[in-house]
Amino acid sequence: MLVTCPNCGPREVQELRCAGESTTRPKTTPTQRELNEYIYFRANEAGLQREWWFCRACEDWFLAERNTVTNEVSRTWHPARSPEGSAR
Amino acid sequence: MASGALPGRIGAVSRLDPQPHERIDRSKPVSFTFEGKAVDGFEGDTIGSALYASGRRVFSRSFKYHRPRGLQCCSGHCANCQMTVDGIPNVRVCTTPLRSGAAVKGQNYVGSLERDLMQATDKLGGPFTPPGFYYKTFIRPRKLWPLYEKILRNAAGLGKLDPAGARTERVDGEYRHADVLVLGGGQAGLDAAIEAAAGGESVVVIDEGPEVGGGLLADRAGVTTARALADKARAAGVELIAPAIAIGLFEQGFVPVAVGNLLLKFRAERVIVAAGIVEQPLVFPGNDLIGVMLPDGVRRLINYWSIKPGERAVVITADERGLKAAEDLEAAGVEIAKVIDLREAEPPNIEARGRRGRVTEIHVNGQSTKCDLVVMSGSPQPNYKLLAQAGARVAYDSARGIFVPTDLPENVEAVGAVTGDVGTPAVPSPVLGYKGDKCFVCFCEDQTTKDLKYAIREGFDSIELSKRYTTVTMGPCQGRLCHVNSIRVYAKATKLDENTIGTTTARPPYTPISMGLLAGNPQEPKKRTSLHHLHKDLGGRMMWTGQWRRPHSYGDDPGAEAQHVHKALGLIDVSTLGKILVKGPDAGAFLDRVYPNRFSDLKVGRTRYGVLTGDAGRIMDDGVVARIDDDTFYVSATSTGADGVYQWFTWWNAVWFMDVQFANLTGALAAINVAGPNARAAMERVSGDDFSAEGFAYLDAKHVTVAGVPMLALRIGFVGELGYELHFPSPLAEHVWDTIIAEGADLDPKPFGLEPQRILRLEKGHVIIGQDTDSESNLLEAAMPWLVKNDKEFDWVGKWATQQVDDRGLNWLLVGFESPTGAMPVEGGQVVVDGKSSGRVTSVRQSDELGKVIGLAILPTALAVDGGRFDVQVNGKPTPMTVRLGAFYDPAGEKVKS
Repeated sequence: MLVTCPNCGPREVQELRCAGESTTRPKTTPTQRELNEYIYFRANEAGLQREWWFCRACEDWFLAERNTVTNEVSRTWHPARSPEGSAR
Repeated sequence: MASGALPGRIGAVSRLDPQPHERIDRSKPVSFTFEGKAVDGFEGDTIGSALYASGRRVFSRSFKYHRPRGLQCCSGHCANCQMTVDGIPNVRVCTTPLRSGAAVKGQNYVGSLERDLMQATDKLGGPFTPPGFYYKTFIRPRKLWPLYEKILRNAAGLGKLDPAGARTERVDGEYRHADVLVLGGGQAGLDAAIEAAAGGESVVVIDEGPEVGGGLLADRAGVTTARALADKARAAGVELIAPAIAIGLFEQGFVPVAVGNLLLKFRAERVIVAAGIVEQPLVFPGNDLIGVMLPDGVRRLINYWSIKPGERAVVITADERGLKAAEDLEAAGVEIAKVIDLREAEPPNIEARGRRGRVTEIHVNGQSTKCDLVVMSGSPQPNYKLLAQAGARVAYDSARGIFVPTDLPENVEAVGAVTGDVGTPAVPSPVLGYKGDKCFVCFCEDQTTKDLKYAIREGFDSIELSKRYTTVTMGPCQGRLCHVNSIRVYAKATKLDENTIGTTTARPPYTPISMGLLAGNPQEPKKRTSLHHLHKDLGGRMMWTGQWRRPHSYGDDPGAEAQHVHKALGLIDVSTLGKILVKGPDAGAFLDRVYPNRFSDLKVGRTRYGVLTGDAGRIMDDGVVARIDDDTFYVSATSTGADGVYQWFTWWNAVWFMDVQFANLTGALAAINVAGPNARAAMERVSGDDFSAEGFAYLDAKHVTVAGVPMLALRIGFVGELGYELHFPSPLAEHVWDTIIAEGADLDPKPFGLEPQRILRLEKGHVIIGQDTDSESNLLEAAMPWLVKNDKEFDWVGKWATQQVDDRGLNWLLVGFESPTGAMPVEGGQVVVDGKSSGRVTSVRQSDELGKVIGLAILPTALAVDGGRFDVQVNGKPTPMTVRLGAFYDPAGEKVKS
């Protein structure tokens, strides 16, 4: 599986670390249910999913859109260099 | 020595006279041993061809019935020639190049390959060994199953691994890239490769044969033709790799390729499969006898290795291949007793008979013909397995009796015979026998037509179920020689057509490969500090801490090493600590967000202890943070947590985009902790800076020059005595260490290892993250409420979960204890309350300084009061312990502040 690091280009997946679905941290003190959902619950999409990845080569984080069924990574981007940011 | 033939016996062979296009080099003899006896071959031989030339006909014993088996395909497809070579079991010797000195042995027999005592299972076991027999027969009494299992495992099987044997060979992996990867180096594959290379693409061809050429190699001048083609390919810039096995064909052009002990992990833009065909056996009684061979197997023996395969041959063929074999046999001086072309003849009834497992005659429609060689050629089957495994569909062509791959996945192409371009072979009857039931369908697993019919009768009427029940296609040939025949036998028995029955799922690996190859090189990345060799010279007993090698101690008595720190002066290498520079206008604000306590108010030149938690409130790591200047913090992390903390920080900032930068200096900087009552004096010997109690106070961080090296010194209570932790560039570590030791010789400096450090830190009640905490530990129950500062403007990471622990109330507390009886619990020992497990011991050590056994334990909150008593299981008996809150040693901290 290949993943394109925004800095390093296409890399074998072993050179990167997938840190899982991107989540949204509550902006204000969450209820216990909201906190549990944020910490423990994941959508686990069969399809397009937004994930955090860490590149071991440049030691930078980036976001990726991966189809969890086909392992196709359609898009990767560095949140700080994208207008939509990290959406967290 | 040219002929190892056994003179005068039918079936004995010799090398042919030198042939113009043979592969062997008769000027270069190669010796090896078989079952301890010397055998000679030539360069260019495989182990299999050399053994055959020497007169050997029995190459293996079958999996279940221990029937003698001999060469069948000579191209690495079947499992008949599996032997143990230099201790490695299940090597197909027909394609394994001959190596001088190789020690080759047969496998799966008792006695000898020629006279295997276990062959009784063939004579007696037949009626008693239908599919699944062991589940049915050996089920009662159930408690005897382990015994049955042991016997059965010994009775059936392949080669044996030495359970006590260590890994003897190095395996490695390598990443490779190519525009085009061609799987199969026959005519079609090489043509495609040359064309792609001419178009400017980088092209690699891999082939499982001893050299590229594929089917060409069986032809009379095949070696010459194949080598000319290979030269043309190389000249076009194509890289050729053989023998090599494509293990599987995966998404995005990923193809792992086994090349001996090297696993090439190929990534290609396009994959061209040119896997050719697999010759198929015919199904008739006695079709597994030695001497019943596939046409290209026979032709390779003759044309490739100049071996006369037999004396008198019968050919039964569904296509041209058998006729070509007959031609080559005749040219080699083998008498052709009979040729049956299934395209012309009505399907005959055939039975091969033999003596001692070797074919001696063949009955065709009741008429007997003496022979020592039978060439059988069923419909040539496209070798579609890699394509099917990659996602192609496979459709049955009933006019030709073959399965053809269709609907290829993206970026995968197929060329040559694998596409179904195999001419118009006859469709032989699924079973050509008229009596007898030992028509082998699956040679690897000893499955006959009778076994398959038995399975159908028992209700295993889908091919996938039957496969699992009978294990047909699940042997080492991975279905290459039995897949089509088993489906066709099934179709006949169930009166369904082959497309309805369908094929079983094709899965990697394409061919069996060693587990070692998948496991890869047993690399355990080892990190050494820049003082590693110094520790070794000092007698350090090295141990693993994560990936680091660190000295456990420098002798037999870690207790005494700890005592020396209390009394005089100790040096410990703490270079393994994580060291992260956090710098920028937002550095303080950033740390306030990720730590429970506040760092933005830390004064320049001061240090503060910090613990990291996630938003789940669980403790992740700890360390000391020093403020270097307004914008710069120096964060230390645990030895095993350094990379994790660095990733944690950078990840949060990928979320927050604060104006702060991070540099992981862990490897760049060495760190030495100098501790003990003599520490100040020692520092004053090697530095002109102010190390006085007033000028360099407890928890200060200062830039100093020690032994001429500018560095950062932290005055922290690491091991509970007056101490300075020196951080400086790694290359200078030995110089700094040696200078402190030399200049302070009269202060009695001694190195101390990790074990004395644990004793010293436990005496202070210091918590080790990961030892005294686990994945459930939170700040409050780990008794660190003083770290929690909830008045910060930003909700620090872990705040909410920590608050929820506070709201629900504490269930546990991490506390110190001592053992009044001196009994020593083990770490992990259970705390017992009212006969129930209620907590555990996390750390325990004998403290010579205190003359006590001390430790830390996680206790129910109610018990966690100073002086409280609780029981811990010691040697199976509840043993009393006493809770001690606060440090065991120097609770007021006078020593560290002195």
